[in-house]
Amino acid sequence: MGKTLFEKVWDAHVVKQLPDGQALLYIDLHLVHEVTSPQAFAGLRFAKRAVRQPAQTFATMDHNVPTVNPTDVRDAIAKKQIETLMENCREFNVSLAGLDSPFQGIVHVIGPELGLTLPGKTIVCGDSHTSTHGAFGALAFGIGTSEVEHVLATQCLWQNRPKTMRIRLNGSLQSGITAKDVILGLIAKYGVNFGTGYVVEYAGTLIPQLSMEQRMTICNMSIEFGARAGMMAPDETTIAYVKGRQHAPAGEAWEAAVTEWRTLVSDADAQFDLDIEFDVNALEPQVTWGTNPGMGGGVNGIVPDPADAATETEARAIRQALEYMGLEPGTKISEIPIQHVFIGSCTNARIEDLRLAAAIVEGRKVAAGVHAMVVPGSKQVKQQAEEEGLHKIFLAAGFEWREPGCSMCLGMNPDIIPAGERCASTSNRNFEGRQGRGARTHLVSPAMAAAAAIAGHFVDVRTFQSEGVTA
Amino acid sequence: MEPLVKHEGKVVCMNRLNVDTDQIIPKQFLKRIERDGFGEFLFYDWRYEADGTPNAEFELNTARAQGATILLADENFGCGSSREHAVWALADYGFRVVIAPSFADIFFNNCFKNGVLPIVIPSDLRKELAETHAKGQWERATVDLEAQVIETDCGQRFQFEVDPHKRYMLLNGLDDIGLTLQYEDDIRAYEASRKAYQFVY
Ligand code: SF4
Repeated sequence: MGKTLFEKVWDAHVVKQLPDGQALLYIDLHLVHEVTSPQAFAGLRFAKRAVRQPAQTFATMDHNVPTVNPTDVRDAIAKKQIETLMENCREFNVSLAGLDSPFQGIVHVIGPELGLTLPGKTIVCGDSHTSTHGAFGALAFGIGTSEVEHVLATQCLWQNRPKTMRIRLNGSLQSGITAKDVILGLIAKYGVNFGTGYVVEYAGTLIPQLSMEQRMTICNMSIEFGARAGMMAPDETTIAYVKGRQHAPAGEAWEAAVTEWRTLVSDADAQFDLDIEFDVNALEPQVTWGTNPGMGGGVNGIVPDPADAATETEARAIRQALEYMGLEPGTKISEIPIQHVFIGSCTNARIEDLRLAAAIVEGRKVAAGVHAMVVPGSKQVKQQAEEEGLHKIFLAAGFEWREPGCSMCLGMNPDIIPAGERCASTSNRNFEGRQGRGARTHLVSPAMAAAAAIAGHFVDVRTFQSEGVTA
Repeated sequence: MEPLVKHEGKVVCMNRLNVDTDQIIPKQFLKRIERDGFGEFLFYDWRYEADGTPNAEFELNTARAQGATILLADENFGCGSSREHAVWALADYGFRVVIAPSFADIFFNNCFKNGVLPIVIPSDLRKELAETHAKGQWERATVDLEAQVIETDCGQRFQFEVDPHKRYMLLNGLDDIGLTLQYEDDIRAYEASRKAYQFVY
């Protein structure tokens, strides 16, 4: 029987298989950031251990970083965390894209950008959105701080072999519909834990039509339905993206690598534990109305009524969500006014996302009473956007143009939404309090966020684009 | 790590689906560089009102929940971020066992690394336990990891499953890294077998 993409990568990394089902898996690339690493380095120091492979470890700072002036960290504890990472990298000889580096940025944006993320690698990071890197055909997943320490010390990780799921995304996206709508639509349909225990491979006729940026958006949110990881087979688009990047193989090594990468596809007779299909042809722009990424639907829909829920537990969950979100059942999604717009995060702050948003914003103005900001995913994204003049478009429309970091995706830095106010956000989590205590988050694509900024409420980006708008 | 062989304690029940790690430990408390002291921030936004006074209605704040060390949670507990701080906060608060019909993967793993035992039980059983607990038919439970049995103080007993490797580590309070280093020769042999481009950079 043939092997799935996942099985090929997994099998190539098993250092030791124990009879009780645990496998010791070798880790090719370990990405590190300031929030989930201090206790791990402290553990190493305490046990007098070294980092086994500093050259396979790469650190940056993103979660805490202020986006107005990154070096002006006023929060004393955040500052301590940032300084601790700098000291740890120095002491343990780990490369760091720090605040002064031209390569600093959100860990899941810079990995691919620097060519650290490559097909067939095993990649871990103390961050659940490590699933992003699976877009290259890597096996990439988030780990906790104890595991961070374990990988630092041994370059390996104990793992139970997960189950495999294939999601065939079939069809083509209408103009204005993006990868973000695909993943939000998928989670709205199947719920926030249907992926638990699985590694998912996204396949189907849609994938070859997507850029690497779009593929990363989908893999990024795999964790939002509980999947351990999301993967996509590398193809010509992947190879073209990787070629020539700073840490990518070059010369003969490049040829050898590409030859191997081309074998990273699920064999025709490979078996998956679960195989589902999701048709994207009729997909609408998605907007979440609730407090988890599965509580959402099309922009032309309405806020649901808990009375229509299938079970009492579900009804209660909807009621709690609507209460937190300050929404009434039956309200048209397109009539919900917003006060904030956040274009950023490891889901949607790459160059293509910014281009898409800029195209909608160009020549228009942010609606009165709306505070809108763009936070590029990395220094390199920011620089490229500025070379293309995108920042001028945003600034002219009334957006703020910030320095890279996680920013309002989780509000660990000063960027938070005041209680009771509403944000159209391109990030990945709309949990209670995620963007600030009492903050109300609606997840959308960059195009939908840009359109909402102009209109002051949610609006179907497809009609918005064709009609133009005077809001 | 503190071993867990048998644990007896008071149970608190939380009837909420998809409790995420942002609720368990809100991000404003993630900036510390130590592992301890997170307990006071556990479920912060639910536990306290905006002015810092305790929210009397929150499950952990009821008189009945004081001193609880076993949490009976609901579906998909611990979803969201990988922050191990969520488990540190639960453990520091005093929880040693979390029982739920399902857990998010990363959270589940993180529990074992910190001496907290996550137990998966069938949904129906969870529902029944929550109902009888709400009616006051039982208060406390004994969790025996050796025998893989939970027993409530009203005499109900049921078996649970646990991964044998994780069970062994927890019973003995073993550190994963120490175990892994016994395989040093295997790791070295594996590294030697890798192709040059797999290490570029
Ligand atoms: S942008 Fe948001 S989701 Fe991504 S790594 Fe940062 S905090 Fe996590």
